[in-house]
Amino acid sequence: MIRMASRHKSKYLIIAPMMLIVLMLIGCSGGGASREILIDGSSTVFPISEVVAEEFRKENPGIQIPLGISGTGGGFKRFVKGETDISDASRPIKDSERTEAAENGIEFTEFTIAYDGLSVVIHSSNDFATCLTAAELKKIWKPNSKVNNWNQIRDDFPDRVLRLYGPDSDSGTFDYFTDAINGDEDLSRGDYTASSDDNVLVQGVSGDQASMGYFGFAYYTFNRHVLNVIAVDDGDGCVAPSAESINDGSYSPLSRPMFIYVNNESLERPDVKSFIEFYLNNASELAALVGYVGLPEVEYETQLGLLD
Amino acid sequence: MNKPNMLNRSRNTWHTIRVWRDRLFVVGFVMSVAIGILGLAALLIDILADGLPYLNWNFISSYSSYEPTEAGILGPLGGTLWIAGLTALFTIPLGVGTAIYLEEFATKNRLNRLIELNIANLAGVPSVIYGLLGLAMFVQFLFGGSRNVTAGALTMTLLVLPIVVIASQEAIKAVPASYRDAAYAMGANRWQVVKSVVLPQAMPGMMSGIILALSRAIGESAPILIISSLVVVTFVPTTPDSSFTVLPLQIFTWIGHQNPEFRGIAAAAIIVLLGLLLTMNGIAIWIRNKYQVRPEQ
Repeated sequence: MIRMASRHKSKYLIIAPMMLIVLMLIGCSGGGASREILIDGSSTVFPISEVVAEEFRKENPGIQIPLGISGTGGGFKRFVKGETDISDASRPIKDSERTEAAENGIEFTEFTIAYDGLSVVIHSSNDFATCLTAAELKKIWKPNSKVNNWNQIRDDFPDRVLRLYGPDSDSGTFDYFTDAINGDEDLSRGDYTASSDDNVLVQGVSGDQASMGYFGFAYYTFNRHVLNVIAVDDGDGCVAPSAESINDGSYSPLSRPMFIYVNNESLERPDVKSFIEFYLNNASELAALVGYVGLPEVEYETQLGLLD
Repeated sequence: MNKPNMLNRSRNTWHTIRVWRDRLFVVGFVMSVAIGILGLAALLIDILADGLPYLNWNFISSYSSYEPTEAGILGPLGGTLWIAGLTALFTIPLGVGTAIYLEEFATKNRLNRLIELNIANLAGVPSVIYGLLGLAMFVQFLFGGSRNVTAGALTMTLLVLPIVVIASQEAIKAVPASYRDAAYAMGANRWQVVKSVVLPQAMPGMMSGIILALSRAIGESAPILIISSLVVVTFVPTTPDSSFTVLPLQIFTWIGHQNPEFRGIAAAAIIVLLGLLLTMNGIAIWIRNKYQVRPEQ
């Protein structure tokens, strides 16, 4: 074949190296100097951080606060490598995660920002189950439980099939409920309708007369009109989840604290520090907006003291 | 041998059977089409009913909010357009180049057949796998942990590259061999044939493949969930190393929101995403029709 020199050849050949150069430039500037407050972690805590970040930005529009929902564990994985400034968590940091942070030279501060009250809910037409003891809940939810009719829970309940709905085993809500009711994280019967999407559980329970399920207080708050909630008796009488009973700790054992973890190096930045101050000063009011419950005022003040 | 009248009867019976079989298949095909159309119609009506009340200019031009009345999609819309743009920038030269090499330059040996087989197989790999690959290769290795929009676009490039390669190969294969022969006969070399004869002819087919691949890229959520992990972004990315989120991820977050009103907001975002996809597919069809040069008979 005859080869002919083509003057257009170089034009086309140059595209590929140019792309590589662009990539390399970006690669060098990667992890760049953007002044963002990066938050990742629990999807349960996310709504509070979201509302706080939005209100904070109304006063400080120059500061960007992107938020992620990698889950408590997923958030800590990034946090202990120093990838994020703040990690939302629906459980305290584990020792293994603490060790990993120490190995990477990451120091952090823990703040408790609000409470959630896991709510046990039933169909709105169910008027007989108003209160259950923690022991009765355990009888229903323990591993290999054979309870599948309401009259097996209590003799005076009617003969009606019981169908269960709950979060799947990846969820922090599942961990907390099984720990509080069954005595150990992850111990649970497996034959219930499980979903990681709480709205699916709301749909399931509100559309099934025989239902019982549990999820975070916020999802009950926003769906009160289609659900009934069960009061829980932990030995001191029946207490239904409400802003008051969760706040003063009388809704037990299903109240749980929620945390944010802040990288100490980030905390030295004025933008992060003022964000945390804003968070603690407004968490009580803003948490209520999205269906959670604030701490007693004094606990925020104590934590604000940690900042100085 | 059959007698003639036997043969005729047999022919008549066969004819009736064939007519009925024909009708049966037509009914079957119409029903399959109807199921698809009805499903799509139900989806569209449901989404439009839920989402239209929330769809206004404010929704397009404002950022995410915890208040459904103020929530908008500017952040993820910007991210989606960045992903589409950068993915196009990376995919087009790589995909078209691969196709040209495989069709025009590579000899048909065992190695090249293996490469082609693998490209076809790659098109079927679940998208979340590409997300994990992108996380390891681009985010951790190339960008040192920065989850930027370029890492997202490179991941999407891996995801849609097989589609572009296969579509471009088909487009190149469709160029008649006589065109190439004519060019060779005029004394052109292989590259000149590719540049001046094959590429212009194959361009409409390639473009439709590329745009369909980009539509796929902006509709994906699983890999981006892994790469970006962000669901609230109150800015439009301004540089290729900016953090970002995309529309499907925003929709996913809103559907799971504890406030049920966000399902309407999610539906409105779905309408925007559908609109974007329809526009892109429309452009693909338009390009194909505009530039398709019909060979003169």
